[in-house]
Amino acid sequence: MTLINIKINGKELQVEEGTTVLQAAKKVGIEIPTLCYMNLHDLGINHNPGGCRICVVEVEGRRNLAPSCVTKVWEGMEVKTHTMRVLNARKTVMELILSDHPFECLTCAKNGTCDLQKLAQDLGVREIHYQGEQSTYKEDNSPAIIRDMDKCIMCRRCETMCNEVQTCGVLSGINRGFEAVVAPAFEQDLVQSPCTFCGQCVAVCPTGALTEQDHTNKVIRALADPSKTVIVQTAPAVRVALGEEFGMEPGTIVTGKMVAALRRLGFDKVFDTDFAADLTIMEEGTELLGRLSKFLKGDKDVKLPILTSCCPGWVNFFEHQFPEMKDIPSTAKSPQQMFGAIAKTYMAEKMNVKREDLVVVSVMPCLAKKYESQREEFAVNGNPDVDFSISTRELAHLIKQSIGDIKELPDEDFDNLMGQSTGAAVIFGNTGGVIEAACRTAYEVYTEKKLEKVEFEQLRGFEGVRSAEVDFDGLKLNIGIAHGLGNARKLLESIKKGESHFHAIEIMACPGGCIGGGGQPLHHGNIEILKARAAALYKEDEGKEIRKSHENPEIIQLYKEFLGQPMSEKAHHLLHTEYFDKKKKIYIEK
Amino acid sequence: MSSIHIKLKEKDCQDIKEICESFNNDPGELINVLHKTQEHFGYLPAEIQEVIAGYLNVSVAKVYGVVTFYSFFTMTPKGQFPISICTGTACYVRGAEKVLEEIKKELNVNVGETTPDGKFSLSCLRCVGACGLAPVVMVGEKTYGRVAPEDVKKILEDFK
Repeated sequence: MTLINIKINGKELQVEEGTTVLQAAKKVGIEIPTLCYMNLHDLGINHNPGGCRICVVEVEGRRNLAPSCVTKVWEGMEVKTHTMRVLNARKTVMELILSDHPFECLTCAKNGTCDLQKLAQDLGVREIHYQGEQSTYKEDNSPAIIRDMDKCIMCRRCETMCNEVQTCGVLSGINRGFEAVVAPAFEQDLVQSPCTFCGQCVAVCPTGALTEQDHTNKVIRALADPSKTVIVQTAPAVRVALGEEFGMEPGTIVTGKMVAALRRLGFDKVFDTDFAADLTIMEEGTELLGRLSKFLKGDKDVKLPILTSCCPGWVNFFEHQFPEMKDIPSTAKSPQQMFGAIAKTYMAEKMNVKREDLVVVSVMPCLAKKYESQREEFAVNGNPDVDFSISTRELAHLIKQSIGDIKELPDEDFDNLMGQSTGAAVIFGNTGGVIEAACRTAYEVYTEKKLEKVEFEQLRGFEGVRSAEVDFDGLKLNIGIAHGLGNARKLLESIKKGESHFHAIEIMACPGGCIGGGGQPLHHGNIEILKARAAALYKEDEGKEIRKSHENPEIIQLYKEFLGQPMSEKAHHLLHTEYFDKKKKIYIEK
Repeated sequence: MSSIHIKLKEKDCQDIKEICESFNNDPGELINVLHKTQEHFGYLPAEIQEVIAGYLNVSVAKVYGVVTFYSFFTMTPKGQFPISICTGTACYVRGAEKVLEEIKKELNVNVGETTPDGKFSLSCLRCVGACGLAPVVMVGEKTYGRVAPEDVKKILEDFK
């Protein structure tokens, strides 16, 4: 590695060849402000189009200012990062960006978490000297994501997430000059595009151009309606991220405080999606073993590998991109939908409430769950199994709006019957977690032996595509894991070509799994935050008394009282689903 | 949700396929493929962009992005005699804007549109390299130089 000698603000230093001025400045403790730039290098993502010009610096001997995010160091380079000329230029650039940005900050969904707002403040912009026309576009209201492109600043981070990380190919920069904007093909709405609603574009949008479809007001209205019984379920990944919205350290486990807050918000019952995650393992695990034993007996018709189906972003992905493989994933519904289906039958009966008077709210780290809850097949006579799905961020807003903070709340427990869960369920939020949970149960069912060590360390980690061997008492199972849809695509292509040797594959749409979901507190590309959340979930698992789904007493009770056996007719009807071919067809006239 | 169907003739698809293959289905050749395809069909409607995206293995959003970025590409069919008026610097300062207004008035179309009879379409371009003749108007293959607004009617007569 060649080392290069440079000077930043008169300070000499050596950096590796190929380093950008932005990275070099960081080494001497100077954070050059950036806007379009996005560094998710742990996920293999580097987005530096050099478009916004906020990060300019002065380079000795260079006539114009240099964008530090794309300017590489050279031997003897002398850089000045905050001269009068630089500061004025940054301010001017900011003013020009703001001159084509709506002044709705106080009522914008991103108020307080907006990168543009923060930067304007940091740069000390107090006046905008440029006035003129502002570009306007139609608003796109999908079931999960709202696109308000009047607020787009063309940083194109969303495009990188959509095309390079998730390989969905929905968003692209279109038109030019004043009309330039990021949009789906033919400026159609997201629902008409192959969008998976994973929400990774929303997670990286620096402004309010991309936000989630906010259901908090609908939840407040339901809670205020005396004729409704309102129950709530919370996904595993929410409890290790919600605290961040209240200034706590990433990875703080706030399960008990979250339950206390939900109870104070007025929910009649506070239940856990983790319960439904255990139920998912019962169904998905049984399906896996069923297919596996047929395969081992030499049945040529059996489809392997079996793919997990708990992630709705991933389901949308294969329905749009790989519809020819739609019979490979497990037919098991996602935990959110299993919860809804059981709540509106078994629980409604137990609580003596009519289906239409029971409102099921879910708190999810995810935006695709909003879309999933509105799928027609997940409703009975137009009444959805899950009425409203809100994100971790929306729950934080709901709490701030009504009860303020969670820090001082006591730790409380979930309500009974759909509130108990195991350690296997809580790790669903991490990449590799679902398949680990499935292995814990499948091992014991298959071998009829007790699993002494429940942790399958080989399934854990942050690498985008992983493979591991799991030993079922002599039977070697090949497990594949992918997180991020671009990585999922790699595995799917290999299955398509017949090169895959896997028996089972877990896929999560978002980098890191649900802990990095599109509905989580914004992590601004800081992978350490994701790692802290992941570690917290494993810690929560370790602290659980019961760590295998099939040992959950409430699950045992549910099968005994209501469902019978896993994959029984009733279970099939309530807990399994089918998938649809959503690929655009080219219809050729003869 | 049902799939969206795209209607195209079998022959059209075959032609697009051949154009893409002549560029080895290389996504890096997208602009050249679009050029050839527009040359062949006269314009690039959504259906054709979808088919090209399929053969080159790029997203249709990207294809649309390129089509909308370059003013040369059009999604509406061009007229039998496409009118291009240069609004580059030289032509502009010598009154291209007034000539353009006159053509718009005479044909009752805006820039980017085609007359209902399919005869004329109107577009602007930037510099044809004949600045000595500014302002320049091209109708079909024919080039007219030093055009004044009052010449417009007579020029159009040539094609009626």
